[in-house]
Amino acid sequence: MASKLTLSNRTGWTFALPGFALIFTFIVLPFFFAIGLSLTNQRLLSPNPTQFVGLENYRQLLDFAVVTLEPERNEAGEVVRDEAGEIQYPRLRAITRSDDHPQYRGMREWFRWQSGENVRVVIANDVVFMKALVNTFLFVLVVAPVQGGLALMLALLINQKLRGISVFRTIYFMPVVVSIVVVSLLWRFIYDGQNGLLNSILQGLSFGLFQPVDWLGEPSTALPAIMAMSIWQAVGFHMVIWLAGLQTISPTLYEAAAIEGASKWQTFRYVTWPGLRNTAVLVLVVITIQGFALFAQIDVMTNGGPRDSTQTLVFQAVERGYGKQDISGGSTISVILFAIVLAISLIQRWLTRER
Amino acid sequence: MAEVSLKGIKKSYGRVDVIKGVDIHINEGEFVVFVGPSGCGKSTLLRVVAGLEDVTEGVIEIGGRVVNELPPKERGVAMVFQSYAIFPHMTVRENIAFGLTIAGASRQEKQQKVAEAARILQMEHLLDRRPSQLSGGQRQRVAIGRAITRKPAVFLFDEPLSNLDAALRMDMRMEIGRLRRQLGTTMIYVTHDQVEAMTLADRIVVLKDGQVMQIGAPMELYHQPANRFVAGFLGAPSMNFLKVDVLDLDGEAATVGNQSLEPIRVTTRRRPFRKDGKAILGIRPQHLRAVQSGKGMLHGVVAHAERLGSETVVDLTLRDDRELIAAFNEDKIFQPGDALELAFDTALAHLFPEEG
Repeated sequence: MASKLTLSNRTGWTFALPGFALIFTFIVLPFFFAIGLSLTNQRLLSPNPTQFVGLENYRQLLDFAVVTLEPERNEAGEVVRDEAGEIQYPRLRAITRSDDHPQYRGMREWFRWQSGENVRVVIANDVVFMKALVNTFLFVLVVAPVQGGLALMLALLINQKLRGISVFRTIYFMPVVVSIVVVSLLWRFIYDGQNGLLNSILQGLSFGLFQPVDWLGEPSTALPAIMAMSIWQAVGFHMVIWLAGLQTISPTLYEAAAIEGASKWQTFRYVTWPGLRNTAVLVLVVITIQGFALFAQIDVMTNGGPRDSTQTLVFQAVERGYGKQDISGGSTISVILFAIVLAISLIQRWLTRER
Repeated sequence: MAEVSLKGIKKSYGRVDVIKGVDIHINEGEFVVFVGPSGCGKSTLLRVVAGLEDVTEGVIEIGGRVVNELPPKERGVAMVFQSYAIFPHMTVRENIAFGLTIAGASRQEKQQKVAEAARILQMEHLLDRRPSQLSGGQRQRVAIGRAITRKPAVFLFDEPLSNLDAALRMDMRMEIGRLRRQLGTTMIYVTHDQVEAMTLADRIVVLKDGQVMQIGAPMELYHQPANRFVAGFLGAPSMNFLKVDVLDLDGEAATVGNQSLEPIRVTTRRRPFRKDGKAILGIRPQHLRAVQSGKGMLHGVVAHAERLGSETVVDLTLRDDRELIAAFNEDKIFQPGDALELAFDTALAHLFPEEG
């Protein structure tokens, strides 16, 4: 069957060939290359021969442990406190550099929390990667529902027969057609700590009470600022997808609901939302995948800083692979990212399946 | 139960007048059918009663209450749509209980009312299915079930059987007739199918171009059509119209004839005619009989014949090259080209002015 198709459609296949070749060269091949390279110690330029290292790269990235620090005690066995009354603990180095615990060697503190008198410290082999992992998840967890929800609201608003409604559609869709790099550059000015637009507006609205914030320079505001911008940029795209979904719902269903006395909310709950089930899956999966691929905004706006507060997986993969010439490390991150996205997409499909 | 009264209803979309002043009074418990060709405004009129469309002018009363400004849910109406409009993601049970869910009814009340509706519509075994697992007729039954659980004052049906195939349509038609006797609620039913109109209605409202042509009981409309449109719309095959010359006029009756029609006397029903003018003679195909040569009033040649078993429908070409349909209630064989003479009871013929 296949061979007959190939023969009888030789021209067709010839036309398709450049496309297939490109996809194979730049998508299929690198995909398998990444998996292969992640099992070696390959560097971009190196005089040393490449060696197979098994899962060592994955261990390097993912290894973490929880250690407990007990308070320092004096001879009488009492807890030592400083002048402010804070309990004194031994330094973490005492563990990570001690010969008693060779398994913790080289690990650094990720975060810690108090547990009674003791302190528990999570140490990781690669703290930057861990931060990137957490930031990426945070980004997706915030952006997916907020962007999806906002897009749905916009879609509901513009799905009306009003004079000039297409003007609004155009306005909401406009950021989508602008390159994310350009958007990021522009928003760097908006977020500027000295005389950025956002600070000016907030100061104007609060009659000068608002103290300017360096939105991209503070670890606590940098990631939320990037989230807000990313949501704004792509919300129009998802709005259009929702809109397409909305228009597949038969108007008679709305009329039936109106006759039965459904309120606006009940109409949404019983007619609109169930009719959007498939669209919702699509929008969520697309936003999630886009969210995990967060790179350009970081590269243009913060370079992962300040203090690694905007590190993300893709940014780390590129940074390592090309910045640090650690191709195997970058590949490993890519493979981990692939596994995460695949798992989440499967879970989303399962959760939103037809029952 | 409630009476419905439409007074001077007009509806325009921009400059297009869809309904041009309609007055209809529907009594409590009456089954009224709006019938007319597509685009006559019958569905719009129903949607106006339902509250899905605003009126441009006029007053709508349901149960003596002016409802012009009320949203659909406060009018006490339930509607069944041509496309069923049942919710695809809900089971039959949930669909039937939809109005109750919206109103926040208790689980017990829902269960009881759904059971009652299911019993009336004989669909207890379907309650846990989804609409996709139902046939068209079953889906429409679900929609009717949803309508009856709310105990509305008025039922509105918008071409409920048009999406069904012929056999199912007859079943459902009978079912709606039975339902109507069982519930006794006021019902307004829109259709373009005259059989549905004739069989279901207490009174039929014939509409054309946004105006009422005639209102009356089915047989009244059939036997005493007010005008040529109503005469042609009801009855199948539809009434034959022959252009005739008015040869003589004497008070109640006119003598008419033409090339293929021997002069006959037909009552004018107080319609205005002019001597030596033209008129339209309407004869139902069923009222024509084939007679022996020399005894007929109409002379024609068989062009085509359809044998239906119970009936034979013959398409004739008259002497003046006009067409005539005759329906004989027996199985007869006709060959194209056969000369045929026809007679009819002149009391059953209708004479209409040339225009309208």
